[in-house]
Amino acid sequence: MAKAKEDKVVYHTARQNKIKKSVGDRIVDVLIYVIVGLIGISTLLPFLYVIAGSFATEKELTERAFFIIPHEISFNAYYYIAKTGEVFRGLKNSLFVTIVGTFVNMLFTTTFAYPLSKSYLRGRNGLLNMVIVTMLFGGGMIPTFIWMQTLHLYNTFWVLILMGAINPFNMIIVKNFFQDLPAELEEAARVDGCSDLRIFGQIVLPLSKPVIASISLFYAVGHWNDYFSAMIYLKDSSKEVVQIVLRRIVLLAGGIDTSQFDYEAQGTPPDKAVKMAATMFATIPILVVYPFVQKYFAKGVMVGAVKG
Amino acid sequence: MAKTAKRKSSGSAVVMDKKLPFWKFVLHHKGLYLMLLPGLLYFIIFRYIPMAGIIIAFQNYSPFKGIFGSQFVGLQNFRNFFRGADFMMLLKNTLGISLLSLVLYFPAPIILSLFLNEIRHSGYKRVVQTFIYVPHFISWVIVASITYQLLNVNDGIVNVLITKLTGSPINFLGKAKYFKGLIVGQSIWKETGYGTIIFLAALAGVDMQLYEAARIDGAGRWRLMWHITLPSIKGTVIMMLILRVGGLLNTGYEQIFLMRNDLNVKAAEVFDTYVYMKGIRGAQYSLSTAAGLFKSVVSMILVLSANWLAKKFGERGIY
Repeated sequence: MAKAKEDKVVYHTARQNKIKKSVGDRIVDVLIYVIVGLIGISTLLPFLYVIAGSFATEKELTERAFFIIPHEISFNAYYYIAKTGEVFRGLKNSLFVTIVGTFVNMLFTTTFAYPLSKSYLRGRNGLLNMVIVTMLFGGGMIPTFIWMQTLHLYNTFWVLILMGAINPFNMIIVKNFFQDLPAELEEAARVDGCSDLRIFGQIVLPLSKPVIASISLFYAVGHWNDYFSAMIYLKDSSKEVVQIVLRRIVLLAGGIDTSQFDYEAQGTPPDKAVKMAATMFATIPILVVYPFVQKYFAKGVMVGAVKG
Repeated sequence: MAKTAKRKSSGSAVVMDKKLPFWKFVLHHKGLYLMLLPGLLYFIIFRYIPMAGIIIAFQNYSPFKGIFGSQFVGLQNFRNFFRGADFMMLLKNTLGISLLSLVLYFPAPIILSLFLNEIRHSGYKRVVQTFIYVPHFISWVIVASITYQLLNVNDGIVNVLITKLTGSPINFLGKAKYFKGLIVGQSIWKETGYGTIIFLAALAGVDMQLYEAARIDGAGRWRLMWHITLPSIKGTVIMMLILRVGGLLNTGYEQIFLMRNDLNVKAAEVFDTYVYMKGIRGAQYSLSTAAGLFKSVVSMILVLSANWLAKKFGERGIY
């Protein structure tokens, strides 16, 4: 893959040498480089501002216009966030839902996808159609909500974990991956008397690391970022996930919880910087896993895999 | 096809599948059917039973009486919904946002991938790609938080700059007339970069010799783009268009709900947020289920027709 790419690059330069470019062409080239560069920077700039702001003093944030390097570094915002603890509680809850949720996702998705990858399985078409129908149509918010209440899943983390246990698109991607694995290994194991479950666990799963890694990263990012279902289904403030905490602090202009605060001893928390620091706490975990995510989605695992 | 043939010849493992009665086949492959079980239960419990719950759209549902005890009222909820003052507002807002994003947001990744495709310096290209994919993985809450910190009328950084230039700030977040632009702008910022992946994948498949040959024949940059690049992504563009048209009524509740507030609510209420506000906040279960059902049925019809149309014009559909 990488090699083919390099070949292509060499090929390009050779071609460019062969045919001289006109002046107009060169100007267009430069323009494209500049435009694309600006677009790249504009996606990054808001993040940089928020990072810088979270380390800046309140005074600088009010007085200075845009900056990405603060004059004076201050950890005040982080100090207050650590002090009140609600952001960390949110992070802890989100981490729980993300880890357990992703595990459940993968368990359900791979075990369902494997039998469906066998073309000789009886009932396969019916099951696939059952899955595809759910991609087009669903019960909708209210019937689902009432049903979750009936199941006593309301106000538990399990509703966030179980409700989307199988994403039909992801399931079909995994199924297609299993389908394309060489059949010979499984054949040999089967002739040796291996059960389907053992073949799945000891041969198929180890061979499927790329698709398992990418799909679990996508599920994990989905759990981490989920906010709407947490808002609908969790009512205790002790169960707030990080996205809910962030929304309360920044968007509902609630600021951090200062009810336990001794203002005289601890001072007034900096409002703007705290909001920015809270934003950073929810963002950083994503930025940490991003390089791994990128490695996989760039391979095009997700592209054009729905059919089949 | 070849695979199945091989399986049959290998004998012992998958014997005479076609001739076995179904129960014997299941018994023979009990491992596989056992593995299907959790997923099957999931689809029944979490996907299909809620579909059956749609019945409450035709009832005067009361949580105390339950689904089996509530009164059946036929289409009354739909009549109330369509005749109510909200319906036209919802339709206008939803279509307004969707159409604006169809015009501005849909072409954005296509144009950007055409630009990226012109860049020959692979290191530069890779760095830019790394940047522009990031926002896709960031939650809407974070995007909304950043938007707030940039645009809010008191101390948002953009408004600080605008005030310095013009003397008075612009209330982007609190005025109905800015709402559509705000939503579409956020979507463009968040998803344009990621949206290029699928088009770049299609572009990577183009045979370089085509360009080579056309260049030798004297074709310039624009003719190459018109005659080689664009035709090569046509199928992908049509596929994405199907998805977009199918999602015409799905404005995405997370984003809109986060940007919606008391000041801009007139422009911000769409079908998705309406179902939440009326149903879960307002406990009008039957009316909101009817509204949700209307939306999902129309969406389904839109997807299937777009898909049918695409196939009719000789393109690969999705379903």
